[in-house]
Amino acid sequence: MIKILDVHKTFGANVVLRGVNLSVAKGESMVVIGGSGTGKSVLIKSILGLVKPDSGTIIVDGKNVKKGNRDAFLARFGMLFQSAALFDSLPVWQNVAFRLLRGSLKKTKEEARDIAVKKLRRVGLGSDVADRLPAELSGGMQKRVGLARAIAVEPEIIFFDEPTTGLDPIMAGVINDLIHEIVSEMGATAVTITHDMTSARAIADRVAFLHAGKVQWTGLVGDMDASGDPYVDQFIHGRATGPIAALR
Amino acid sequence: MIRSLASLGASVLGLLATIGHLAIFTTQTISHLVRPPFYGREFGAALLQIGYFSLPVVGLTAFFTGGALALQIYSGGARFSAEAVVPQIVAIGMVRELGPVLVGLMIAARVTSSIAAEIATMKVTEQIDALITLSTHPIKYLILPRVLAATLVMPFLVAIGDIIGIFGGFLVATERLDFNAASYLQNTTDFLTRIDIISSLAKGAVFGFIAALMGCYYGMNSERGAMGVGRATKSSVVAAAILILAANFLLTEAFFSA
Ligand SMILES: Nc1ncnc2c1ncn2[C@@H]1O[C@H](COP(=O)(O)OP(=O)(O)OP(=O)(O)O)[C@@H](O)[C@H]1O
Ligand SMILES: [Mg+2]
Repeated sequence: MIKILDVHKTFGANVVLRGVNLSVAKGESMVVIGGSGTGKSVLIKSILGLVKPDSGTIIVDGKNVKKGNRDAFLARFGMLFQSAALFDSLPVWQNVAFRLLRGSLKKTKEEARDIAVKKLRRVGLGSDVADRLPAELSGGMQKRVGLARAIAVEPEIIFFDEPTTGLDPIMAGVINDLIHEIVSEMGATAVTITHDMTSARAIADRVAFLHAGKVQWTGLVGDMDASGDPYVDQFIHGRATGPIAALR
Repeated sequence: MIRSLASLGASVLGLLATIGHLAIFTTQTISHLVRPPFYGREFGAALLQIGYFSLPVVGLTAFFTGGALALQIYSGGARFSAEAVVPQIVAIGMVRELGPVLVGLMIAARVTSSIAAEIATMKVTEQIDALITLSTHPIKYLILPRVLAATLVMPFLVAIGDIIGIFGGFLVATERLDFNAASYLQNTTDFLTRIDIISSLAKGAVFGFIAALMGCYYGMNSERGAMGVGRATKSSVVAAAILILAANFLLTEAFFSA
């Protein structure tokens, strides 16, 4: 479904991606792990065209993402940003229902609101938050509103950038179940970035480990513990010493 | 020597690049005018923000300027016993120059800065990226409504500014300088020509376009972080003010040089 071939990206003097190769099959849940600042967020933004790679090719459904109709392309995606990126001038429910209030998926206000409230409930938020502004919510609540917005129109491909960061363990469990459900029941393709190994084990079919601008290791989640790769071992056990330098 | 030449060259190139980017940005914005969808709600909100909520600022600026203008013309005119020209000069000064320019500059201070800060904040908090992933074009959703609203509403603000400015002069002239109210008004209306008024409103539309466009352009091109937002806001106001004054000169030249 998604094929990333030899993608490079540099910001000024900062070389972030040095030839990333990765493919994600349809209906698969891929989890990307890797140290802070290794370019995980940049990688998924490249797929959506929010960041322009310096070189390399990204193919979705056999088509180069640089060609073809952008609107139709983006309509297939949902994205949860690491920072939630809620529109702070709109109340929570209008954030969630953003696509349902305008454009080709436009519904009546009542219908859109109903869907928004349902999606909010799925991420563990009651209907009382629907009319609040994003600035009035805690960080973890904003994250969950962002999640509700990403899944509001049930897109085929969903990217989650650190969905459980800032959540309490129970809420993290709720979100893990939700992502698992979206992939297994709705048949969506998901790419999730996370530092939370519990979450990675709960939602991943396959795991890709990003290090030094490349995918250092990729394989089934069940094979992760026996990868034999010292980098992956250090990372998943959170050891301060090992081949990965602590200073980055 | 070579180094200073090089830095001069670099800044000239930088300026040319900015002009090029701005030209592309302007063309893109205008091209969205004819491509649906049009976001009516955002346009309405921008009309209210830029037009209605600017009225107090515009009114006060024009009122005090008109009053001061009457006093100056009176004392300056007295040197060659031409005190009687106060109504005519106040009218022409307000309508042709001070009305549009002052309203334009106040809009640059009030509207350009707030547009730039708002859009820059959206940019650095990834809200613009989020808009794109929600299949909404930022130019259509954020920029076109603001630029269009400013362009359409500014002639009205300028007209109101002109009238209040003339009224400020009228009040000073009749209360402090012993002018007769009826003949003051008669002199004002007799003296103004249609081209004075048309030029005033046309300047308003151009200045509104410039003010909103600069806010949007610098906001969209903001660098990351709070400092990026601050810099974008500052640059947008400076650019809007300078371009408004330059455009004013060119428009005066075009309307009145004959
Ligand atoms: N727009 C940008 N301009 C300049 N540098 C950028 C930009 N976006 C990202 N970077 C740089 O790219 C590198 C990777 O950033 P990225 O956000 O992808 O990291 P990450 O792997 O998601 O880290 P984290 O786990 O902390 O979120 C960082 O060094 C960052 O400074
Ligand atoms: Mg990140």
